[in-house]
This record gives sequence, structure tokens and C-alpha cells, in this order.
Amino acid sequence: MGKLFANYDTEGKFDEMFEEGGKLRPHYQRIYDRFASMSDREFSRKREVASNALLNQGVTFTVYSDGEGTERIFPFDLIPRVLPASEWAHIEAGLQQRMEALNLFLQDIYHDQKILKDGIIPEEVIKTAAHYRPELVGVNVPRDIYIHICGSDLIRDKDGSYLVLEDNGRCPSGVSYVLENRQLMKRVFPNLFSEHRIRPVDNYGQDLLNVLRYIAPQQNPDANVVLLTPGVYNSAYFEHCFLARSMGIEIVVGDDLVVEDDFVYMHTTKGLSQVDVIYRRIDDDFLDPEVFREDSMLGVKGLVRAYAKGNVALANAIGTGVADDKVTYYYVPAMIKYYLDQDPILPNVETYLSSDETDLKHIMANLPEMVVKSANESGGYGMLIGPAASKEEIEEFRATILANPRNYIGQPVVQFSRCPSYCDGNMEGRHVDLRPYILSGEKTTIIPGGLTRVALRKGSIVVNSSQGGGSKDTWVLGDEGPGHISTL
Amino acid sequence: MLSRVAEALYWMSRYIERAENNARILTVNQQLVLDFAGAPGSASMEPWEPIIYALADKELFYKLYSKADEKSVVEFVMFDKRNPNSVYSCLSFARENARTVREQITSEMWEQINTMYLSLGAESTRRAMKANTYGTLKLVLEASQLFQGITISTMSHGEDYEFIGLGRFFDRADRTSRMLDVKYHTLLPSGETIGGNVDTIQWMAVLKSASALEPFRKQHVGQVTPANVANYLIRSKSFPRAIQFCVNFIDQSLHRISGSEKGTFANEAERLAGRLRASIAYNTMDDIFAIGMHEYLDQIQLRLIEISKSLSKSYFERS
Repeated sequence: MGKLFANYDTEGKFDEMFEEGGKLRPHYQRIYDRFASMSDREFSRKREVASNALLNQGVTFTVYSDGEGTERIFPFDLIPRVLPASEWAHIEAGLQQRMEALNLFLQDIYHDQKILKDGIIPEEVIKTAAHYRPELVGVNVPRDIYIHICGSDLIRDKDGSYLVLEDNGRCPSGVSYVLENRQLMKRVFPNLFSEHRIRPVDNYGQDLLNVLRYIAPQQNPDANVVLLTPGVYNSAYFEHCFLARSMGIEIVVGDDLVVEDDFVYMHTTKGLSQVDVIYRRIDDDFLDPEVFREDSMLGVKGLVRAYAKGNVALANAIGTGVADDKVTYYYVPAMIKYYLDQDPILPNVETYLSSDETDLKHIMANLPEMVVKSANESGGYGMLIGPAASKEEIEEFRATILANPRNYIGQPVVQFSRCPSYCDGNMEGRHVDLRPYILSGEKTTIIPGGLTRVALRKGSIVVNSSQGGGSKDTWVLGDEGPGHISTL
Repeated sequence: MLSRVAEALYWMSRYIERAENNARILTVNQQLVLDFAGAPGSASMEPWEPIIYALADKELFYKLYSKADEKSVVEFVMFDKRNPNSVYSCLSFARENARTVREQITSEMWEQINTMYLSLGAESTRRAMKANTYGTLKLVLEASQLFQGITISTMSHGEDYEFIGLGRFFDRADRTSRMLDVKYHTLLPSGETIGGNVDTIQWMAVLKSASALEPFRKQHVGQVTPANVANYLIRSKSFPRAIQFCVNFIDQSLHRISGSEKGTFANEAERLAGRLRASIAYNTMDDIFAIGMHEYLDQIQLRLIEISKSLSKSYFERS
């Protein structure tokens, strides 16, 4: 074994790079050769180049404490995560299927509600979902697409099979890191790229713009498309700018927009100018103080009126949150069967509903071994990780679940796969997940790979940037071989 | 373009220009103090105080410091976060504005602003400042000039570019007037006369700080007189830091934005800019001396503020 990997131990976990027993997986051969031949000095120099580049380009997120925002870079690990073409084809097919079903589901829920009438999903589940928007029932959205941009989180089980952990159908973020990570890797390791055939990710901006144009009112080909951001203090502001720039569209805040006679306009140096499509990175709750939260300073008064009249298109549509509710998640395999008459290609993680009597019994009996999640929270809030919790915490959570069984699901603790990552001077296995970004427009396109987040803290399965998470460049290989075909 | 964006670009540019010129104003004094060192009667001078007067920050300065010496003035003008006009504060405001329009400027521009801001905040810069003040000030000038070069050569020259240019020339006109004012506030050592040796050296220092000495010499061979220098820095139509040049640029740029004919006006900002342009062009140095140099410069600063307010009314306000 080469120097960097000399003491690497998979510890019996499913590892992205090594098979059990330490044999290298063939799609990592080139990467292994490159890194294993590197001296400590060269490796640390490369790391330094990468982190300086991130800082100078301002690829940061902001952490607020004691009033002063500190900008941090999202840690970047140099060892890429590699997906062979066949694995990716499987994921791609699975996600396309899932997206199709989710969009059909939303169209149904906001119109005829057949899936409820046919008893596939209990009506109660939908009507009590925090992000269900009864105001939007009967409102038609352009081309019947609700989720235009989706980020679904995938993990790998102990045998390496891919499972869907959750769908983010509201305002998924992180795609800018995919594009920046790739730029960075090209800068730091130009040779690696000429030796591999790696599927490019640079087309995302254009693909996204195509989707946004596709949903323009009256199918106007010269539609004015803008990105609506909560503003510069939002932790994802960097990404909003990045995306607006890669599409060449205006980035606006609520204050820039005004609704007159149910049309949306923006304030320009030449007066008011009409807006046709809004890629909004603001949650439903804050979009329009007239309909949702009255105290919202971020939104635009009258926006929902203009939207309901079809004078402006929104991506994602309002009310998609009902599809990424954790309880709705449980029913996605059933939706796929119901709308498409197919078996799901990518399975869910085994899930128990606390609102179901049999399932609740199972959850109650196995709490110390389970992960219990609240239906509508994200970012690790309202969650119990059984094996990591104290007896008191478990009992406390037990009472919380029993008080509101609709609001919880239970899952066995899933083993994430691990990928070699550089931590404290050593190459060690760290848990990774994968968030591909799926775009639904005229056709469904998925950026090859997606964002690999890595939990840099030893043993941790929390990959969030605020809790010690980092990211890796993610490669989808264009061929099946050991990745050595050079086409350049 | 969006009103909010135009406003942010304008202020981003103003603050960068201000950072550069405040560093320039410090270099005037670097030069003056060195020249004073050997002059008779120099011990009675407070050579750093004129800067504080010229920047019109006297009140704030004496709230924070007891004495205007090199250490306190350099700290105040360069690094002090409590001074909203310090080079550090200007760069941080410039960066905040740039952040809000990050997708409107090129990545290269953003990277340069970010690098400038981060390096000025670094402890090593403070140390370098102590060891080599002039060299460090020069780095600030160069960083700002690099930003301008990057702007000119990476951004497309549309309306957004005009607002960046406006910001630059508004602040530059104001700061050039203040550089001249430093000289006004600098007393001559006893026994020295106006037009004498030390006086001439002081005027040359002002020219140097505005990077104007060499172009000035080409025009006025061997005649560094107060009237010539002031005339050059106020009324030159070709020197890019002269007030007339800046005001001409502002006037033309406003017309490019609105599309109105030269010599006419489409809004109040254009009317006021045209009037200022003509007034500088048609005032002789005798007129200016009759008003009083300091008073005249003061008037120009006030009129620039009026134009900027009208500009904001025409293009930035949203309600």
C-alpha cells in the first residue's frame, strides 16, 4: 500500500474505495496511484492550495455568534468519491422514477386527491402536514410541474446498496459546492482529469435556466427570469449569487419586487420592469405577507395573487413541502406503484410510522436502537438517535412521540458507507452521503454525481456543515474500465 | 438594471476609491514630514494634524485619541474600525456592498475586493506598516488600481459599469479637493514665505500623492507655484485625478445613462453636474483665490454631495 493509505482500515464497514479485506475497488485505481505516490509535503501543499482558493473566492458560509458573522469555508476533502457508470445509471433511473411520481402526487393532491380517495394515503396524513397549502388547491401550475429542483439524499447500506434517506423538494441547497468543488479539483489536480473520463457538471446553470424558461407564463421565450433570495445574511447567499451568475439572471430581494394589478415587477433604474419567472430561495411561509406569515419582510405582497392568476411562475411551486414531509416519505414507494405501476428502483430506508398501531409498538419496543425523526423538521432538529441518547432522553422522547404520534417516524440506525478522508494527519474512513440534484422541465436531468457530504468527526453520521461536515468532489465515470481511457 | 444593484455598485466603487485616496493622503504627509525634518523651526509643527482637518474628522479623532502624532493618525486613517472613513472601514463597506451584488460583478472583481479586505485586516499588514509605512500604503494604492484595471477589463461596459465609474469619480473629486486642503492646513515653518523653498516642496508632495508630479512637470516645466499646482489639480481636463476631469466624467456618464443630449439635462443630477462642470471650467485661479482656496474646495465638496443626492433620487430610490 502507498504511504497515505498505509494504515487505512475499513473496520469492517462498507467502504467506497476498498473492498472487505483491503482490496482496492477498480474504479479507484488511478486515484489510488496518484495519491499513494504523493509525499506528505506534496499532499499538504495541495491541501493548502485548495483551502486558500476557497477563502479567496469567498466560497464560504456564515456562522453567526455574538453579533458578528464569521465566514467559514465548507471543508473540502481532497480524495474524490467515485461512482462507476453502471451504479450511476441505476441511481439516475431510480431518481427519475421518484421525481415523476412525486410530481404526479403533488398535482393530484392539489386537484382531485385521487390517491386519498383510493385510500392509498390516509387523508389525515396530508391534511395535517405542516407544509400542505390548502390555499393552492385548484390552482394550476405551468406544465403541471411542482418540484422543478429536487435534492434527494442517498445513503448506502452495509452491503453497498443505495437507499433514499429523504427528498428535499422545497429549496434544496448545496449545488454550488458541486460546481466549485469540481473547479477546485481541476485546479489542484489537472492531470487526474486528463487521465479519467469524468462526466462534466458545468452544464447545471444552463439546464436550470432551461427549466425556468420552460415554465414561463404564455410560454414566453423571452421571459424575464429572476432569483429571489432572502438576502446577503442568508447562509446560502453565496450559492444564490453563484447560480444567478451562472444563468446570467438578476438576483432580487423582496424589496426589489412589487405587485401591481396582479403582475410582478422589479424596480430598475429605468422604472418598473415585468418579471415572469421567479426561482425563489425563500420558504413558502415568507413569500407573501398577504397570504402566509404577515410579519415576513422577505417576501412580496400580492405575489400569491399574481401566481394564482398565472401571471408569474414560481420554482419550486408553492406547497411542495407536503411531499418532503417525513410521513409522506413513507408512502413514496406506494405512490410509485399507484401512479406509475412500477416497483421502486431505489428503495426507502425501512421506516415505521408512529401513527400506525403496529409500527408504534415496534418503535416503542426498540427506541434505544432507532432513529426517530420529526415529520417536518430538518437540519438535525427534533430528532432522537437512540444509540447515542441517554436513558432519560429516550424516555422524554417516548412521551413526546406518544403525545403526537402523527408527527414522528422511526428508522433503524442505518450504516452509511465510508470513504477515505484526510483527518488529523491520517487517512481514515468517514461516513458519506450523496445528494444528487434533479431538474424537472421539458425532460428530467440529473447533474452527474451530486454533492458528497462527509462527516469529518470520527464515528459521526451528521454531515451538516454546521456540525463538522465537509464535502468531496464526486465523479461519475464515463466508462466501465479502471478509469484510464483518455479521450483528450 | 435593478435600482438596488445600481446603488450597491456605486457605493462599492466610492468606498474603494476612498480607501485608496485616504492612503494617498497619508502619503502626502509621509513626504511632508520627511521634508520638514531638516527644516528650521520644524520642531514646533504638528505635522500630522492637517490630515485630520482635511478629512473633516477632527471631532471623532479627538474623541478617540489625545494627540495627533504619526502613530495615532496612521492608526485612525488606516486601521481604526471606529472610524467609518478608515481605509479598513472603507474596504469592509466596499466588500459588504459587493457581497450584495456579487453576481453582478465578475468573479475576478470579487476576488480582488475580498483579497484586499482580508490582507488589510491581517496582523502582518499592521507589522509591515510599522516597518515600512510608505511601502505598505503603496500596496493599498496598487490593490485599488488593480481592482480598477480588473473592472475595466473583465466587466462588460454597460449601465452597471457606468454606476461604478460614477462612484469612483465622485469620491475621487472629493478626495483630490481634500488633498489640496491638507496643504492649506499645513503651516509654513517660521521665516518661510509663500512660494519659498519649503512651500514649493510641500506643493510637490501634494502632486506626488496624487501621482501628478510627472504629468504636471510635462505641462509646467520648472514652475511649481501654488497657482500652477492648484490650477492643475482643480482644472486640468486631461489629468484623471483633477477635479475638472472627474466632474466632466460624471457629467458625461450621467448623460450616457439617461441618453439625454449633451448640454441638456434629463434630471436634477444632470443639471447640477453640468453647472459644476461649467463653473470649474470658467473660474480662473484669480477667482478661486478671491473666494479663498479652502472655501472654494469646501463649496465643491458640498456641490458634489448635492449631485450625489439627486443621483440617488433619480436612480436608487424604490418605494
